[in-house]
Amino acid sequence: MQFWIIQGLNSLSLGGLLFLLSSGFSLIFGLMRLANLTHGAFFMLGTYFGAIALRDYSGLNLWVTAIGAGIIVAALGGLFERLVLTRLKTNPLGQVLVTLGMAFIISDACLVLWGGDSIPVPTPHNLQAPTRLFGFVFPTYRLVLVAIAIATAIGLYILIDRTRLGAMIRAGVDDRQMARAVGIPVSRLFTIVFCLGAGIAGAAGVLGGPILSAYPGLDADMLPLALIVVILGGIGSLFGAFIGSFIIGFIYTFGTVLFPELAYIILFLPMIFVIAFRPQGLFGRLGT
Amino acid sequence: MTISRRQFVVSALAGAGAASLASPNLSFAQGSGPVRVGLLAAKTGPLASGGIDMELALTMFLKDRDHTLGGRKVELIVADTAGVPATARTKAQELVEKNNVHCIIGPLAAFEALAIIDYLTEKQIPTLGVSAAEDMTQRHPSPWYVRLTSTSAQCAYPLAEYSFKELKYKKIVTIADDFAYGHEMCAGFQRVFEDNGGKIIQKIFTPLATPDYGSYVAQVKTDADAIFLGTAGSNGFRFLRQFIEYGLKDKIAVIGGMTALDESVLRNMGDEALGIITTSWYSATLDNPLNKVFAPEFRKQFKYDPGYYAASTYLSGEVLEGALKTIKANAEDKKALMAAIRGNNVDTIRGPIKFDEFGNVIGNVYIRKVTRTDGRLVNSVIKTYPDVSQFWTYNKTEFLKNPVYSRDYPPAKNLEL
Amino acid sequence: MKWIALALFAAVALLLPFVAGDFYVNLASQIFIAAIFALSLNLLVGFGGMTSLGHASYLGVAAYLSALMTTRYGFGHGAAALISILGTVAMAAFFGLIALRATGLGFLMITLALSQVLWGLAYRMSGITNGDNGIAGLTRPAPFGISLESPAAFYWFSLLAAIIAFVMMTIFVSSAFGSSLKGVRDQPRRMAALGFNPWMIRWITFVYAGFWGGIAGLLYVYYNKYIHPTSLSTTSSAEALLGVIAGGSGTLAGPAVGATLVLLLKNYASAYVERWNMLLGLVFLFIVLVMPTGIVPGLQKLASRLWRRPS
Repeated sequence: MQFWIIQGLNSLSLGGLLFLLSSGFSLIFGLMRLANLTHGAFFMLGTYFGAIALRDYSGLNLWVTAIGAGIIVAALGGLFERLVLTRLKTNPLGQVLVTLGMAFIISDACLVLWGGDSIPVPTPHNLQAPTRLFGFVFPTYRLVLVAIAIATAIGLYILIDRTRLGAMIRAGVDDRQMARAVGIPVSRLFTIVFCLGAGIAGAAGVLGGPILSAYPGLDADMLPLALIVVILGGIGSLFGAFIGSFIIGFIYTFGTVLFPELAYIILFLPMIFVIAFRPQGLFGRLGT
Repeated sequence: MTISRRQFVVSALAGAGAASLASPNLSFAQGSGPVRVGLLAAKTGPLASGGIDMELALTMFLKDRDHTLGGRKVELIVADTAGVPATARTKAQELVEKNNVHCIIGPLAAFEALAIIDYLTEKQIPTLGVSAAEDMTQRHPSPWYVRLTSTSAQCAYPLAEYSFKELKYKKIVTIADDFAYGHEMCAGFQRVFEDNGGKIIQKIFTPLATPDYGSYVAQVKTDADAIFLGTAGSNGFRFLRQFIEYGLKDKIAVIGGMTALDESVLRNMGDEALGIITTSWYSATLDNPLNKVFAPEFRKQFKYDPGYYAASTYLSGEVLEGALKTIKANAEDKKALMAAIRGNNVDTIRGPIKFDEFGNVIGNVYIRKVTRTDGRLVNSVIKTYPDVSQFWTYNKTEFLKNPVYSRDYPPAKNLEL
Repeated sequence: MKWIALALFAAVALLLPFVAGDFYVNLASQIFIAAIFALSLNLLVGFGGMTSLGHASYLGVAAYLSALMTTRYGFGHGAAALISILGTVAMAAFFGLIALRATGLGFLMITLALSQVLWGLAYRMSGITNGDNGIAGLTRPAPFGISLESPAAFYWFSLLAAIIAFVMMTIFVSSAFGSSLKGVRDQPRRMAALGFNPWMIRWITFVYAGFWGGIAGLLYVYYNKYIHPTSLSTTSSAEALLGVIAGGSGTLAGPAVGATLVLLLKNYASAYVERWNMLLGLVFLFIVLVMPTGIVPGLQKLASRLWRRPS
């Protein structure tokens, strides 16, 4: 019993982490039809910012650092979108080339600036003691992470569903030409959404830090996960990304525990089935 | 670094065309010019941490000797393997065919070494290896390859015995990365620990790109006396952090292989590492005259303690220097150079070493405990096992008749389900 | 312009082994292999509009099959090559059935997933593949008794292979079938209405691309005499894809140029520029901003502009 509960909680916390990672990607893809392959690098940049800031400035705490890293990465993302991506709106192959190129640049810059060691992101002091639930222990921070993921999901839902900006985004997702025709500044909207997506990735990088640590190669480890979640959940659907994150969390956790010999392929097999039999993803409204 | 820049200038001057294409084979006459030493190190990619330290230490070693070994100038050419076998091969070819090196130091990863060893043997390039792949000095040795560090399991043997005899552990869980280095190290640990009378009750291997170690940590059998970490680099570090987060460090003792709590890992850790016992052929705190020079100087220059990776190339430098002295720096005679390296009997920063007939090192292995000294975490030596061989105390012929260590060999008979 | 480039290439290719050192001859052989691989990927990306991020599957599987057949099962090189290529083509036929259910990003992801599964198997099934240690101790074939061990011999061999591959793929895309492929890429509905079977056209192209990917894999394993799971990794696939796009997808020479560029940055410039990864990224950024459709189309445009100006 304890096994199922602990691994269930593990699945939830991994799901929360995956949602924080992939929601930004989903947002950007939904509106801009742009597979932002820099996303993993944005996430890693956030983790490094967190690790370094918390190591060198003792006055900071994780939450402030996450917001700060989110803002910095959002600004970088905005620059990248304005200067480069905006010229490539009708050139998807060009987008692949520059977003991957940008990922190379960022990961190499991280290596130059912070070296090849893995650097920890400390868990906040008041969350370091494990929580005791029904006689067994579980890391408190992981539970908090699930709560943050849910709060983020609710925040994004309100943003998309209840605000003027959200209405414009929805209009843009559904029909870009029509949105432009009724006077929505689509180009500026693109920049805003790209900043938002990159910012969430940067903040998520810090929040995932206590579990992942900052290390070279983190970007390449994370990008496929974001892609898997978004493809599984359905492109352009935040709800899909949310559910997809937790499904992947469960598949990964229980898959690797129960079938260790399948650990390498456990995430890719379900994806093959989903794409082959339901190309729009579980909750997607759009074809890919 | 400085060297690459100089080379760049030279080749830029020579022009991009045929002149620079053709020149390398013509410009070096036999016996003239410096001894050219190639270093294969992964300076980018996930193995970068070790690769960078390998370059720093070797550069420092040469600088201290004014780039002169055995009375002859030495030129170091560093090539970045990126931790990819095919790139390692191209870089080895570059060192041999373009730079005309006399010998090679490195590379680190087993798969890099395995990808190039046939080539280096064919080209007869003396190679001072750092990687740990067992069979390179056992069932498939190369006359042109020596290993100065340790096989995957060589340092694990003494710790296995120490765990049973002195720490009185009876049941141990092993965990390592799911690749040959981890398999071999855990297999060697298991063999000696179980031959002593202990039991390995669980073996966990985690895939290299594991996003979250939570699910693995939660599986660890808490009735074990200790958990043995056969990990390297960032993965072990990340696992250990989760292990602590799950409150397991209070329940089970942690012990580790030669890279698990390397100085390069320790420098990013806190008090949670205190008390962990590991094994290695080196420690920055080793109390011998040579290391008393090396470790403080490295620390002064780079602000952290040298560990496995830095020591490995510095050590290679020491052995190479000894060999060059023996042969009066006539590095063109590769057979003599190789023989001199193999016949080496020099004192090094890891203590006195010699090579067995397979080209593998026989030397001290140290049991170390993480303590806090002068405000930083160090691996303090608590016991020395002298002259440890890659065959431990087993009969060499019998040893070599068995298959090479793997995930399933020797079979684990005491696993608890 | 085209003829000048061709003449220049012929001159360099014929002279190189006589004037350059072994390292450069080997580098050129690697370029030929990478070019064949990129050309085959371009059939999908450029001419079929199917962006694959899993093309290393074919290179890796052909290489592994050849390695296993020659070492473990004791086949000669001829039989091993035949089995490897047949096996790779059969796999491409099967993967095509799955992957072609998706388009766009879905296609990219499903090809990525399929190649990741292969990578995982190569890594984990160490009883067969020797896992992370890879398979070493391989040999090169000696077709008609001619040894390929020397750099120059292998150079001529891979050059010949590259020329055949280039000609064959040029014929493929210039044929009536090639036109219908481009038709399916641009106007799938119209093509279907005209009585073509878009799915079948894509599938045949997919298998054909797999075949040439397999040929590249054979050359790759002959060259390296070693095979390791990284050859199946996403990084290998991505590198090829980046080369295709950078050189100019949908053109015949573009992928070869792009693959050459990537290979030279990775294997040659890296000796002089410590931060070669960053350089690679910057070069990609530069190419897209200056020549959004790739190097070859960009240069063609530039040349035609210069051509017209005087008249």
